[in-house]
Amino acid sequence: MTLREVKEILDADIIVGEDQLDKEVQTAFSADLMSDVLAFATAGSLLLTGVTNPQVVRTSEILDIAAIIMVRGKRPSQETAQLALELRIPILSTKYILFETSGRLHARGIVGCIVKVGDRSDVRRDKV
Amino acid sequence: MSEETKYDGHFAVEGGNFRNAGQVSSRIKNILKDLGCDSDMVRRAAIVTYEAEINIVSYARKGLIHLRAKPDSVRIEISDEGPGIADIELAMQEGYSTASPIVREMGFGAGMGLANMKRFSDNFSITSRVNEGTQVVMQIDQVH
Amino acid sequence: MNLELIVESLKLRVRYGAKNLKREVTGGFVGDLLSDVIANSQEGNVWITRQIHQNIIAVASLKEIAGIVLVQGSEPAAETLARAEQEGIPLLVSDLPGFEVAGRIYKMLNP
Repeated sequence: MTLREVKEILDADIIVGEDQLDKEVQTAFSADLMSDVLAFATAGSLLLTGVTNPQVVRTSEILDIAAIIMVRGKRPSQETAQLALELRIPILSTKYILFETSGRLHARGIVGCIVKVGDRSDVRRDKV
Repeated sequence: MSEETKYDGHFAVEGGNFRNAGQVSSRIKNILKDLGCDSDMVRRAAIVTYEAEINIVSYARKGLIHLRAKPDSVRIEISDEGPGIADIELAMQEGYSTASPIVREMGFGAGMGLANMKRFSDNFSITSRVNEGTQVVMQIDQVH
Repeated sequence: MNLELIVESLKLRVRYGAKNLKREVTGGFVGDLLSDVIANSQEGNVWITRQIHQNIIAVASLKEIAGIVLVQGSEPAAETLARAEQEGIPLLVSDLPGFEVAGRIYKMLNP
């Protein structure tokens, strides 16, 4: 689905990336721990999180995350929004909690960006 | 610099500067991309460098990241001046952390950083002296 | 819906609390920041997290959480398991990531 549909499903505000709403997404990752995101999230996924500081954007840049969804009405700090603008990473803000946000997107066909631990192809298999 | 070496450079990281944390890793990712390195290798190098950079910012006074890229491998050496790690085995355990609340609020400090650095490296070594600093050497090889 | 149905449906591994699975689940909560869970979770929620530190049990007990699901195959630390037994908090493990666990439980709660 497109980011535009994600915005509608979550009744979300677009904080950064109004011009990128046609971007396609199929997978998502929900977490507040950036080390967890780094270990498991895959390129092109949505990142669903309650964390709003600039490290969310940095982490997303490192992984080529498609867009950040901030939950529970959280909004990025000005510094975070500025960095997202520079790095062209969309940020949406929804009032739903992380559980509800995950549930609504999952019900509409978005899947987890890993099926199970150990299924990753981008960490060498012999190391997992 | 050997003939094979495509890039060799040092990057300074300032301890306690949370505002810039991650900047060096972004640069390193872009350098490796521009060199035309394999995308999986770039991704893993960016992840381990970022975790290392967060560690320097969170715990050390200052640190240095040394990046050396060859056509089929990347070597990243971290050295910092700071408190060091008294019990490395304990620090490597997932879930163990001495992070401050500010680090935890950033979404780090859950005791996963060193484990991630090891997980995404093909070769990982760490040494430390209490009240002096910590050194980490990581090598990432192209898979194919 | 009780916790037992969720355990069966998602094939969760029960690390502690086989006797406490009749608890009614009121909803779900996904979060890794303890302050967030303390502030925003509701009594009877099933809490989905990647945190394995023993502090999760104190938080779950305080908020009267129905049970904790650790995601991505994260196993509880030994002290966490011991605290879960003390406090009577069911501790469950899934190999799935939090998004999937949340999505599947959400579907069960909102058929």
